[in-house]
Amino acid sequence: MTAPPRILYCHCAYAQIVPGEVKAAVLRKLSDSGVSFEAVADLCELSARHDNSLKRLAQGGAVKIAACYPRAVKWLFTAAHAPLPPKGAEVLNMRVQSAEEIIAALLNPQLSPNLPAGKPNAADAPVALARPLAETPEAVAPTT
Amino acid sequence: MPLTDQSPLRIVLYEGGDAQPLPADERFAALTALLDKGFAVTRLANQGAVAPADPSPILILGHFAGGHPSEPSGSREGVPIRFQNVAALDPNRIVELVEAARLETHAAKPGEWKPWFPVIDYDRCTNCMQCLSFCLFGVYGVDAQQKIEVQSAESCKTNCPACSRVCPEAAIVFPKYKSGPINGDVVSDADLAREKMKIDISALLGGDIYSLLRDRSEKARSRFSKERDSNKALQERQKCLAKLAQAAEIPPEVLMALPSPEEIQRRAKEAKAKAQAALARQT
Repeated sequence: MTAPPRILYCHCAYAQIVPGEVKAAVLRKLSDSGVSFEAVADLCELSARHDNSLKRLAQGGAVKIAACYPRAVKWLFTAAHAPLPPKGAEVLNMRVQSAEEIIAALLNPQLSPNLPAGKPNAADAPVALARPLAETPEAVAPTT
Repeated sequence: MPLTDQSPLRIVLYEGGDAQPLPADERFAALTALLDKGFAVTRLANQGAVAPADPSPILILGHFAGGHPSEPSGSREGVPIRFQNVAALDPNRIVELVEAARLETHAAKPGEWKPWFPVIDYDRCTNCMQCLSFCLFGVYGVDAQQKIEVQSAESCKTNCPACSRVCPEAAIVFPKYKSGPINGDVVSDADLAREKMKIDISALLGGDIYSLLRDRSEKARSRFSKERDSNKALQERQKCLAKLAQAAEIPPEVLMALPSPEEIQRRAKEAKAKAQAALARQT
């Protein structure tokens, strides 16, 4: 049995960019949940320090992170020489998602990795658009 | 001491094993108070896992059975460990005790600096060195492979996102910026077009942002010497720079704190030379 993903919560303490009510609600639910988690005052500060805790977090298996945009979080960890595992990290964005949505995802043992993987290209297009013409249902089973 | 050389205090709120869980309101108040003061906290309960220990000193907070820690303070494998019973303590008192432990362990003081600095999206970066050439404050440098990197995050000017405006690929992220794509939001084609437009605007303002700064500053200085009215000169300088500040979103306080025109010229040349040397070594 694989261990459930670890949880990291960023309080973004030095700026008012994350709605206060979202931060408070996420922290409150985590605090009341009975699960273990890491809470940091500010991921940016840890990244600037190249803090060892980011390496511990990145290298310890699957992790769910409540912070801000996945692209920002991915590169904050990389800047600290602690790259997140591309298929082992799920970032919840407290700048745009609701507290309910975030807490449901954090406490769900299923991981939905969502780190951006490079510049968008044809491979990132929706499956229906990316699929070669010959594989489309119309091409495989032409109407008579 | 550089930021990267400072070791933080790791705080563990321990509620597993022989420790009693804190009442929900007390736990939430303690966590919030510590985070607001810049401390990181690992909440360790019976469910779930957290990251393993590292060489940072550890302070374990909890409601320990019988009012005493289950293990004496000391060190384990060279890592200093302290225990602190926080049952029924006011959150402010907990913060005081944590701060006292931080001082005793010589751990880094959090919150000394608003962490505002660029983060490079290497999926988008083409290593063009525009940012290195543009920044006057020595934030950027190159590594041994001539790859651009942020070498002095703390030298960045708070709330100034100007280097992200000159990046042709929108590859520079300021996570605390108000809007996308600079804040890390997905980059769209429309964003790229807008970024290019902003570069064009700066070109329209005078082609070279530093030439413009020098001109404005020299004019302001000249007026100052004639009029000997520092308030008027300052107002004029602020008015002249407002347009530039708006175009590149450079905070007025950053513009007003710029060094002398000669120093700006020297630093701009130095940054440009560093960028050109790095580009030359790439080829």
